[in-house]
Amino acid sequence: MAKTNPHVDVVMIGLGWTSSIMGMELTDEGLNVLALERGPDQDTVPDFAYPKMADELTYGVRYQLMQRPAKSTLTVRHGVRDTAVPYRSLGSFLPGNGVGGAGTHWNGHTWRPQPNELRLKSYVEENFGADIIPEEMTIQDYGVSYDELEPHFDRFEKVAGIAGKAGNLNGEIQEGGNPFEGWRSSEYPLPPMKRTLNDTMFEEVAKSQGLNPFPLPAANASEAYTNPYGMQLAPCNYCGFCERYGCLNYSKSSPQTCVLGALKQRDNFAYRANCEVMKVNLASDGKTATGVTYIDENGDEVIQPADLVIMGAYSLHNVHLLLLSGIGKPYDPISGEGVVGKNYAYQMNGGSTLYFKDKQFNPFIGAGANGETLNDFGVEQIDFAEAGFIGGSYFNAAMTNGQPIRNMPLPKGAPSWGAEWKQAVQETYGHTMTIGSHGSNMAYRDCYLDLDPTYTDDHGRPLMRMTFNWKDNDVRMTQFMKQKIDTLSKALRPDDYKLSFKDFDSRYDVRPYQTTHNVGGAIMGTDPKSSVLNRYLQSWDVHNVFVMGASAFPQNLQYNPTGLVGGLTYWAAKAIREQYLPNPGPLVQA
Amino acid sequence: MLCFTWTVKEITMSAKLENASRRGFIKGSLMMIPAVTVGSGVSLTAAAAEPPPDLADYQPTFFDADEWQFLLAACDRLIPADGEGPGALETNVPIFIDGQMEGKFGHAADWYMKGPFHEDVSPLFGYQSPLTPREVYRKGIAATRQYCQTHHGKDFAGLDADTQIQVLTQLEKGAIEFDDVSSDQFFAFLLQNTKEGYFADPIHGGNKHMAAWKFIGFPGARASYLEWVDQHDKAYPLGPVSLNGERG
Repeated sequence: MAKTNPHVDVVMIGLGWTSSIMGMELTDEGLNVLALERGPDQDTVPDFAYPKMADELTYGVRYQLMQRPAKSTLTVRHGVRDTAVPYRSLGSFLPGNGVGGAGTHWNGHTWRPQPNELRLKSYVEENFGADIIPEEMTIQDYGVSYDELEPHFDRFEKVAGIAGKAGNLNGEIQEGGNPFEGWRSSEYPLPPMKRTLNDTMFEEVAKSQGLNPFPLPAANASEAYTNPYGMQLAPCNYCGFCERYGCLNYSKSSPQTCVLGALKQRDNFAYRANCEVMKVNLASDGKTATGVTYIDENGDEVIQPADLVIMGAYSLHNVHLLLLSGIGKPYDPISGEGVVGKNYAYQMNGGSTLYFKDKQFNPFIGAGANGETLNDFGVEQIDFAEAGFIGGSYFNAAMTNGQPIRNMPLPKGAPSWGAEWKQAVQETYGHTMTIGSHGSNMAYRDCYLDLDPTYTDDHGRPLMRMTFNWKDNDVRMTQFMKQKIDTLSKALRPDDYKLSFKDFDSRYDVRPYQTTHNVGGAIMGTDPKSSVLNRYLQSWDVHNVFVMGASAFPQNLQYNPTGLVGGLTYWAAKAIREQYLPNPGPLVQA
Repeated sequence: MLCFTWTVKEITMSAKLENASRRGFIKGSLMMIPAVTVGSGVSLTAAAAEPPPDLADYQPTFFDADEWQFLLAACDRLIPADGEGPGALETNVPIFIDGQMEGKFGHAADWYMKGPFHEDVSPLFGYQSPLTPREVYRKGIAATRQYCQTHHGKDFAGLDADTQIQVLTQLEKGAIEFDDVSSDQFFAFLLQNTKEGYFADPIHGGNKHMAAWKFIGFPGARASYLEWVDQHDKAYPLGPVSLNGERG
């Protein structure tokens, strides 16, 4: 029989970025807050300390900090008539595991969305007409505006100590920043990071083509920094072990380096690691949650009563838990009815690898997010009617993670083994740079998440099933970017280069790493018929459940998601503090 | 087969342990390396106390004598000693692979291994076999050796280099059909693990004396470059260091 814990005011599922922030905000209100983290406890010391982090095999290749598919995974298929099979070993995306979540092992690219990405459907209809939206595309507005979120983006950037250069301060365009970004109320808290050779080469060629390059906004400290919580970041030493690693130098912004040290000191906050939430428990009328049930570190079932439930797990796990808990109506792609699992989207990326026989790039020198980028082909810069697609992209030339097992691009035609492979390795390592296109991915009627009918996890629960494939609209977008990057690549005059972009015959491939930007499935919006959450990330159906994270995105941005995830978390926290706590109930009337 | 393997494993393991502790006693006092453990549970102190073995003296833990001869020959073809830079044998790559078979990778400990298994789906869906990597190695080596006996009248290890390359190429293309294991999956593990052993930190058993890092100019675990970021288009001047403190 399950044990029942004493009641808490707030239980939070997962302890990554969103729960760390929410923990600060809700303990400020004097509430008793408990976080339940599925994975182990971990901190800079001892878990990320030098030298053990500098081990590509253990962390980069064997995924020591990632979710174990043996413990938690999902099934994947391309279409609604296919049989899904399990994502048995990690490849395409890498959800984190343990305290800090994916916020420990990310690179730190930190963007705000362009204002019209948050109202994409309205923007398209107003500017290009509703008839350019393909029939099967199910894009929506977020239901919250850029202007409303601006103070919360600003807050997150100050907490995370983002290094960058503003391009638009209160409407005034700034030299050296992104002229296409939304307005900022203040400059980035830290100046841009130092420049590597590829970065300066890309800047020069972009300027020569009349484009507007600027430094990539980085959650890697360019200088010593103390954030509003009193947490201190040390200057990044460009160690070259960033993505897939915990930071050994207190330089990468993470829940540990930016929030948890402060939060753990509060008497009204507690967390328990190795505790996996099975489901959110509902009252008999199904309209409120009574808490959660979890399996503790001894394998025992525990009921945790709480007045407020914050779902702060990875986006895919939030959706899985909603489906398992019976919160909201599951989405049906045939009828188009239901909402939970709807609009799963990913990221459409591509790139060019350029080989320069006589240049030394020293690819092992780099942070996670040092690099030069441009946004001239962003969502707001493209005439969708003329271009023939809806979407956009940013380009970047970043030098990160140049470790040799994984980062060994070879010229076209080089063999993959034997004496000639060895020769190609010697001639190529250290002599290549890349230009990447990081692009949006729209939502489609038949790209969604539901429960798998066959496969189960260790607890006997159904795995979640992902139905996803690439669509022509997004391929047209990336093919447009391919032409632009081809031009830039040629202009750099490399000895050789190769382009890698999705084409019309591309199908989703779970094997190569692409990105851990899985979004949607618990989307926010303005209407309970078409969204899971209202504009404050509150469940339309169960008012004391709030769902954080990129699962709220109705379609994917052209950017990395964390900046928007952080901003939305502060936005939701403000609504909970100022509106929900004084008067618990739905914050938006359906 | 399995029983026999376990027996060999137990004998060689106890021999190895004895050997290691004797050497550790002799060398231990000379090493001033802090005790740190990595994720795999390997003790850096122990690794530092024991210099990398000579491949010729090494007693494999997972592989039996015939399998070991196959592995040595195959690694030698995948990364040969020819030309500049070390080969897989000089860098102890087979020792690395032997270690991986006993660890989480070999046992697919982190992978979702519940059925049903649909091995006929498109390769786009990734690994879908019920076999663990160590089972793939065991079956793949046996099947390849059998194939070589049937078609070339010799064990793989006894073939000339050109014929070995031909057989490996056939495996890579999946052109040889085995009954109980996918030939191209077997080859894919073999090649991936060979490159891992070549480039991974020596703490994992390969990349002996960081020779592969020296060859390509990778500084290993230095992990501190603040003063070098701005020095564009210059070769980094310092040699590699490893997790156990070895300097190259």
